[in-house]
Amino acid sequence: MAQTAAKVQTVIQPPVFTNPWSEGWRSFRSNKMAMAGLFMILLFIGAAIAAPYITTFDYKEQDLMGRLQAPGAEHWFGTDDLGRDIFTRIMYGARISLWVGFSSVMGSILIGTLLGIAAGYYGRWVDMLISRGFDILLAFPGILLAIAIVAALGPSLQNALLAIAVVNVPVFGRLVRAKVLSLKNEEYVTAARALGMRNGRIIMHHILPNCLGPVIVQGTLSIATAIIEAAALGFLGLGAQPPEPEWGKMLSDSRQFIATAPWTVIFPGLSIMLTVLGFNLMGDGLRDVLDPKMKN
Amino acid sequence: MAEPLMTIQNLQTHFVTDKGAVPAVDGIDLHIRKGEIVGIVGESGCGKSVTSLSIMGLLPKPAGTIAGGHIYFKGEDLAVTRERRMQALRGNEISMIFQEPMTSLNPLMTIGEQISESLRIHRRMSRKEAWRESIAMLDKVGICRAESIVREYPHQLSGGMRQRVMIAIALCCEPELLIADEPTTALDVTIQAQILDLMKKLNEETGTAILMITHDLGVVAETCHRVVVMYAGKVVEEGSVKDIFYKPRHPYTRGLIRSIPKMDSDGGRLYSIPGSVPLPGTITEGCRFAPRCEHAYERCRTEIPELQGEEPGHRSRCWL
Repeated sequence: MAQTAAKVQTVIQPPVFTNPWSEGWRSFRSNKMAMAGLFMILLFIGAAIAAPYITTFDYKEQDLMGRLQAPGAEHWFGTDDLGRDIFTRIMYGARISLWVGFSSVMGSILIGTLLGIAAGYYGRWVDMLISRGFDILLAFPGILLAIAIVAALGPSLQNALLAIAVVNVPVFGRLVRAKVLSLKNEEYVTAARALGMRNGRIIMHHILPNCLGPVIVQGTLSIATAIIEAAALGFLGLGAQPPEPEWGKMLSDSRQFIATAPWTVIFPGLSIMLTVLGFNLMGDGLRDVLDPKMKN
Repeated sequence: MAEPLMTIQNLQTHFVTDKGAVPAVDGIDLHIRKGEIVGIVGESGCGKSVTSLSIMGLLPKPAGTIAGGHIYFKGEDLAVTRERRMQALRGNEISMIFQEPMTSLNPLMTIGEQISESLRIHRRMSRKEAWRESIAMLDKVGICRAESIVREYPHQLSGGMRQRVMIAIALCCEPELLIADEPTTALDVTIQAQILDLMKKLNEETGTAILMITHDLGVVAETCHRVVVMYAGKVVEEGSVKDIFYKPRHPYTRGLIRSIPKMDSDGGRLYSIPGSVPLPGTITEGCRFAPRCEHAYERCRTEIPELQGEEPGHRSRCWL
């Protein structure tokens, strides 16, 4: 009898409350898809950082005797039409794609958030001016606008990055503006004003931190689209210039061998797909954590 | 009698809409002395909250404006004070607590940070001093385990606790006037009583005058010294709590008192004043309560009565 009684007794642990961030991490960790996405991203980040230690080849070293070799023990992903090791080029290419993804989105977030807060918080003509600016940018299809900007500035990786950043500014601007409009009516913002706080302080302490959730979610998803856009610009010859191992460029350079040496296109294509998928999965996972109302 | 801390004279607050300016507060007079608790009572939409926002200078812009009148606070007219000066007054000399304790705290800041913020702005305290003072304030508003609560986030506290925190924030700079806009409406009855007791206690200890805005006459009876009854943007009666409850003069006040449920009632239908509050700006002639008043006669519909009374301090706006 005593044994069964002991069995029935369960240990009820008091919930351990910490800060919102570590609670969010706990809930993120339990989301398998999001963790898979995070894993993919970490894999590519790892490859980008450790590239020189993993491979002994140079990404621009040509070997015209060993062109278009199939994947094998020496060249894991085979070689391209100039005999360069594709595995090496993929890893160095990860540096480019991740750099473009992160930095262009960082730029968009910085400028978009600034403009969005100004428009949402101050309203009236400030809002009018900024919002119409966003409308104009959004009137162009994103990639077309990016092409136009790069065409005007001259094809290079820097300009492609800049173009992608500009295209994404209104995405964040509108997101933040909408969030600020709803936060402005939150009672704690009124309470902050009732405590004699100035606009700058209210924005920095009470508005901005509460905007960050959706911005982080959108930022993660935007890295994915930025990587695709960078690859597209590279494919069109408007992004990174040879011999830089940019994935989109690699695709366009080898598309004539798609029938005879499919590995030359499969691996760059797969890399683009996996990083984009990784960021999308992680973005969805973050949305579940940071924006519970959007669930389902 | 002590010198008035704040005197409101003929305050008019208008809201600009598509159909022109709507007077939400239409010429009210009010005064509050040092250390006094004054209640403003009335139905929803009678201008109570707009009055408090006018005092704080927190009217929603650009729609809300003070169209006329004065708000003298220690000799300074808040109706024309500039924003910078108002920022120095708010939270420091005049504080406000709100109806919804669940949403009045920033969800991403710890309790300690939120109390400290005000102290650091107005008292220029160092981070450490402000933190220590925050713990002391939480202690003062009757939160036990203050040491650990300062590190917690709002969602970890109950509604009653949060309202105590709000009171701690409002009172940490020892303001001379606290405006409490329906501070207990969102709380359950037992917590409500505790919060009211706390406010009364703090009023006695610190001498902070309180302007208690409520639609609950029970709250008024329990806490206030004097009462101002508002109807459709105007003061209809003012007097001591005793005057209002035992000798109400205005039919509206009587109606309000009659509609309080009583312990000894026989379980019949509860009394309610027929009709509803008129939309601001729709009644321009005569007494605003006339359409709902059972005693109204010809004069009530054409002429508006003045606020008057025979006894000092007890005045009402009625021809009868």
